[in-house]
Amino acid sequence: MTTRHSRRRTLALVAGVGSAALLLAGCAGGGGGGGSSSPDEFSLLTNSENAELPAIFTALSEDACATENEALPFTSDSVPQTNLDQRLQLLAGQNALPVVYSAGNAPALTKTLDDSGNVLDFESTLTELDAIDNIEPAAISTIEALYGGFKVLPFEYNIEGIWYNKTIFADNGVEVPETWDDLVAAAGTFDDAGVTPFSASGEQGWPITRLLGNYIFRTLGPDALQKVTDGDAKLTDPEYVEAAQAVADLGAEGYFGQGVGSIDYDTATNQFLNGSAAMFYMGSWALSDFNDAERNQVGLDNIGFMPFPNVEGGEGDSSQIAANVGLPATFNAKTYDSKVGDWLGCIADNYGSEALASQGRVSGFKVNTPVDDLPALTQEVQERIATTEQAVLWFEALFSTKATTTSQTNAAQLVTGDITAEEFMELVQNDL
Amino acid sequence: MKNVLGDKKSILILVGPALLVYTLVMLVPVFWSLGYTVFEGNAIVGFTFVGLDNFATMIGDTRVHDALWFTIRYAFVITIGQVLFGYALSLLYVFVLRRSSSIVRTLVFFPVVLPTVAVALMFQKMFEVAPQNGLVNELLNAVGIPSVDWFGSAGSAFLVIAVMDIWRSMGFYGVLLYAGLVDIPEETLESARLDGASGLKLVRHIVIPLSLPVLLSSIIFSINGTLKVFDSVLALTNGGPGTTTSPLTLYMFQTSFTYGEYGYGSTIALLLTILCLVVTVFIFRSSRRDLTKG
Repeated sequence: MTTRHSRRRTLALVAGVGSAALLLAGCAGGGGGGGSSSPDEFSLLTNSENAELPAIFTALSEDACATENEALPFTSDSVPQTNLDQRLQLLAGQNALPVVYSAGNAPALTKTLDDSGNVLDFESTLTELDAIDNIEPAAISTIEALYGGFKVLPFEYNIEGIWYNKTIFADNGVEVPETWDDLVAAAGTFDDAGVTPFSASGEQGWPITRLLGNYIFRTLGPDALQKVTDGDAKLTDPEYVEAAQAVADLGAEGYFGQGVGSIDYDTATNQFLNGSAAMFYMGSWALSDFNDAERNQVGLDNIGFMPFPNVEGGEGDSSQIAANVGLPATFNAKTYDSKVGDWLGCIADNYGSEALASQGRVSGFKVNTPVDDLPALTQEVQERIATTEQAVLWFEALFSTKATTTSQTNAAQLVTGDITAEEFMELVQNDL
Repeated sequence: MKNVLGDKKSILILVGPALLVYTLVMLVPVFWSLGYTVFEGNAIVGFTFVGLDNFATMIGDTRVHDALWFTIRYAFVITIGQVLFGYALSLLYVFVLRRSSSIVRTLVFFPVVLPTVAVALMFQKMFEVAPQNGLVNELLNAVGIPSVDWFGSAGSAFLVIAVMDIWRSMGFYGVLLYAGLVDIPEETLESARLDGASGLKLVRHIVIPLSLPVLLSSIIFSINGTLKVFDSVLALTNGGPGTTTSPLTLYMFQTSFTYGEYGYGSTIALLLTILCLVVTVFIFRSSRRDLTKG
């Protein structure tokens, strides 16, 4: 039924639609730049799991930074960590990022935001404000290793390791393990005694991949994952798969308890703090939860810290503690003005002491007002930080956003045995 | 009346505003997205022209194949479940409950108006196994069956999604098909009963053929909706465990907004559009054939 006339019309219509589509997309893509504005609020966006950054900022706004708060009032908003990267990209695309925001889950996203001018350079800004001496040099070097510059603020400076319940260890006659094999044997003893050996959040995924990353650093040395990012090694090489297999074996024995994929961050912390789990791999940011007397039912004196153990025959050793700046926050370069600068200066001066005093949080800011009566665990963490010569990062530290998401969403399946170690490493390697 | 509707200018004035809104809100983004399929980038870093690279990637991407397969499986299972249960309910309303059916209809319809996220959170709690047993696992334990980690494996997670969505929507299809069944003239049913047909035979030979048009339109409606499922899966499992319960919509959402690859995300969206189009054309073709046969 199609005559030449109507066929020509269809052709013209299709051509018209196609070119309109290309034009729209091409033209629209180019625009959308510029536009700095003076903010009327000192707005903060954090991941919901981080309750303390808003709390410390609120405390500062009422006390040490009250004048700055008068000029530019403080407000805060939060988003679940699993949605953080998404939210940041959306806001950045609309030029609507707040004044202070949590940097992306993957450092790669922060680098992208930096390339498009959304991230403040703290080296120059803090030097201008004459506040750069307030930052610990160790923290600055960790940040530069991860972000290629001083682009985020070290509101946390953490070391990671295995926190353990001293009473459960004593009751079962287990000594602090020095090697991986000792650790697995200890887990076996706890499992037989009816205690969950490891508390880990499969819903978040990264508490499990931390174990993987640390195993790799212990067997292959501190630069093992840099080699993968540079392309000199692949995650699917047998030495790397061995690490995934070691973690999968823990899961196969049931050492993570049941339903690990549904356990979220708070539940995992609670499991350790109510005495149902013997060991808990976590960073020292958890100290603020441990210091919470209501939440900590096992008692602060009952919690010990051990670095991730050696793996026999490996190139790394347990003195190379995993250190990081947590999920840091950064300032929006586009909304930076003199009032924000005043806030930044005030924060740089006071954050260290406020965080340590109110939350027991060790940060990368210098403690300008000395804090007495620090809990024993906090002192231990400070000592370890001071004596660490070589720190290592974490498994996904140098990966792209896509690979980070793949690694963290599939970690629970690795542990439940739904995917094999080779498959897991292949999935992540494909997305690098 | 004819003068008003026959005049082109008045048609334009009457239809114009709505057409403008529709074009801006529905059509422009669709074509914009179509244009994105040959670009790559995102709102932060800008876009670069990449030609047909996105299509080449999509053909080889196993994640797309898995997501496509999940979408088709989901649409198939949920459609059959919804329409079957809806039909069974409507038969119940018409033949068993009759006049007292209105209260039952309302109660069974109620889940349809509940927010999908609220329903998903409720099912999450009902089927959970950690930190404590949910309702379902408690019932299983009570009869001696050990707890099941429902969200820990792809098969059981799919089952929970299916149960949730069918439970939620069967009331809607019950009401829809009830309206269709009520249209069947009482005389036809009477005469069939007099001829000796009863129960299942009545349903099979009289009721189903006469309610075929409304049944078919229910199936079309259901397939179109289930191919584009997003919020219930996102709220219940977030595509997990891993990516085993990720439909195309969820994968496309992640690609665009989490990984920042708008171009590739648009390509996946195009795939979904073509899928919906193919299914709709297929169903319309077959339904048209049925009607002309009489």
